[in-house]
Amino acid sequence: MSTIDVKVSAIEQVTPLVKHFTFVKEDGTVFPAFSGGSHVVISLNIGGRIHRNPYSLMGSPEDTSAYHISVRRQERSRGGSVYMHENVTVGMPFKITYPVNLFSLAKKARKHILIAGGIGITPFMSQIADLERLGADYELHYAFRAPEHGAFAERLKKTCGNKLHCYVDSLGERLDLSVLMGNQPLGTHLYVCGPNPMVVSVFEVARNFGWPENHIHSEQFLAPPIGEPFKIQLARSKKEILVPAEMSMLEAIEAAGVEADFLCRGGACGRCELQILETDGALLHNDHFLTDAEKASGKKIMPCVSRAKCERLLLDI
Amino acid sequence: MTLVFKQETFRDDYRYSNSPSGIKRFPFPFAEDQYMYSVNIEPHGKGKQGSVNEFAFDVDEHYVAECIDKGITLEQDPGRYESLPHMMDAQWDFLELTMESHAQDYPDHFTLKKNGLNWNWENKPLGIKDSFVFGDCSTLPMDPFEYMGRQVQGDFVLLDQRDETLYADAGFITSQADWSLAFNIGMSWKEWHGPVPRVTELGVMDRALKYLMNLQLGSPVRRLNWTMTINPRLDTSPENYPFWGGDRNKVNKENVSDLVHLRVELQALFRLPRSNGIVFVIRCYLINLKEIATYPRWSKRLHRVLKGLHPDLIEYKGLTKFHPLAVDWLSKFDDGATIELGTQPE
Repeated sequence: MSTIDVKVSAIEQVTPLVKHFTFVKEDGTVFPAFSGGSHVVISLNIGGRIHRNPYSLMGSPEDTSAYHISVRRQERSRGGSVYMHENVTVGMPFKITYPVNLFSLAKKARKHILIAGGIGITPFMSQIADLERLGADYELHYAFRAPEHGAFAERLKKTCGNKLHCYVDSLGERLDLSVLMGNQPLGTHLYVCGPNPMVVSVFEVARNFGWPENHIHSEQFLAPPIGEPFKIQLARSKKEILVPAEMSMLEAIEAAGVEADFLCRGGACGRCELQILETDGALLHNDHFLTDAEKASGKKIMPCVSRAKCERLLLDI
Repeated sequence: MTLVFKQETFRDDYRYSNSPSGIKRFPFPFAEDQYMYSVNIEPHGKGKQGSVNEFAFDVDEHYVAECIDKGITLEQDPGRYESLPHMMDAQWDFLELTMESHAQDYPDHFTLKKNGLNWNWENKPLGIKDSFVFGDCSTLPMDPFEYMGRQVQGDFVLLDQRDETLYADAGFITSQADWSLAFNIGMSWKEWHGPVPRVTELGVMDRALKYLMNLQLGSPVRRLNWTMTINPRLDTSPENYPFWGGDRNKVNKENVSDLVHLRVELQALFRLPRSNGIVFVIRCYLINLKEIATYPRWSKRLHRVLKGLHPDLIEYKGLTKFHPLAVDWLSKFDDGATIELGTQPE
């Protein structure tokens, strides 16, 4: 996989929980341009273990002098975001992947409705730059907990003007999805990024109103969940490994020195899919990629986020 | 590296041949004695010096003649270039990719100077020198995709990625192996691959689509495809069938090795940055049987591949009329000795 060598050029505390990081290239050249909604995967070496976390690119896709990401501190996580908040300083080098877009704008849409919850605002920052440049018809609906948590609300006001609608929970402001989604022209596409209950309600409301499925877009990166340890066997590389509680299957496979394919590491893209040859237990699918039928068949698993409860799980790798 | 460009024609009098070094670097596609479709996709990385894979876009001795031939085809049929309105970002991505690669890899022939969005482009072999504003179509004499499509060897399809598939939403197609842009424009992956025999059963197309949907910026891929063409003709389009279709009846024992050409497509796919689209490059290389016979390894291999080709493929690739003549001519080079795996000439 192609990576880019970068270093941190600036860090800014945007809200009590969100830090903004600016990266420039180590060799001083410009980055590739990218499309609104793209993310990069950053490699973090935390105590000798490699964490790879995906973050949305926040800057304007046309500004190739720097890449920007924002990280929300997640206390009950495996440490990636805490490391970014506490250990990363200006000048530190990192490897990031080339931009990948799993949340791109529908170019043929007549109108775009963007719904963000909290830190879910990040992929929309670059999408808005694209929508403004293309002169597209759009609305941004941005819900957050309290005024001090509205990261980037001021900046967005300047860019979006009256296309921005903010909903501050502590002030009792609520986004009424039925009102919003019940009255849109044909050809409207809707994009949602935020906490899981928000994404689920958007899909529910959309289904009730008969929106076409392919007009609703969501991006949810899952952090690999912490679970029970379990054992896996690798058929081609002839290895047996233990997947510890706080490590993903993909990370355990990599730590054992076996090269595995991956892209988003968040259960969304499907690149790391592995074939299951045998198992004696239950699969715990956590990804958004496999269909329900595929999950039920027990033939495939996404090792980036899924786990198992077993003694034996023979994988074709 | 300074290239010498040959004066050639790809129609009418067909003044075309490969130089000895051109033959040696020909992308011969058969590594084994048997041929069947597969997802033969590999990274399009920097290949060996002098090979067709040395650079992202290969410029060879036929460059000038091929660009002139593109111009003639487009003049007679402007419909060979088409782009749907939502593809403008992908058009500029294409211009950037091709200008940067050509200027970087062939500095003697192409130069690109950038001052912010003000770009200066010089194409010495074709005598083109233009200044324009990147992103502003009014500063170029034509669409950015058509502008560079005319200056790069090969055919190009720009793919839009949406609804979990890829759509062929723009194309610059002047050297196609009997398929029509006007017919295919706007089609999805499954629609345009519908006619290819025996691949649905193999599941090849589903797997290839899944792979390409995850194609990454900065990690292009390639594959080879092939067919056979009578005469060194680039424009074997359905639109111009009357001008070339009948040539298949003119092949006989005496002229088979001059007329029958192996047509190899070096197909490369690049993820595009601003549009999140993909450019599909179909670069055509032509070599006749006589030139192939320069290398006994190739003539033996081609004999075995053609002899064992599945009848559905003989029909689909349009070889039916001259297939027995080609097999017969090649048979005299085949002593039956085992050939090791690989496509190399010697």
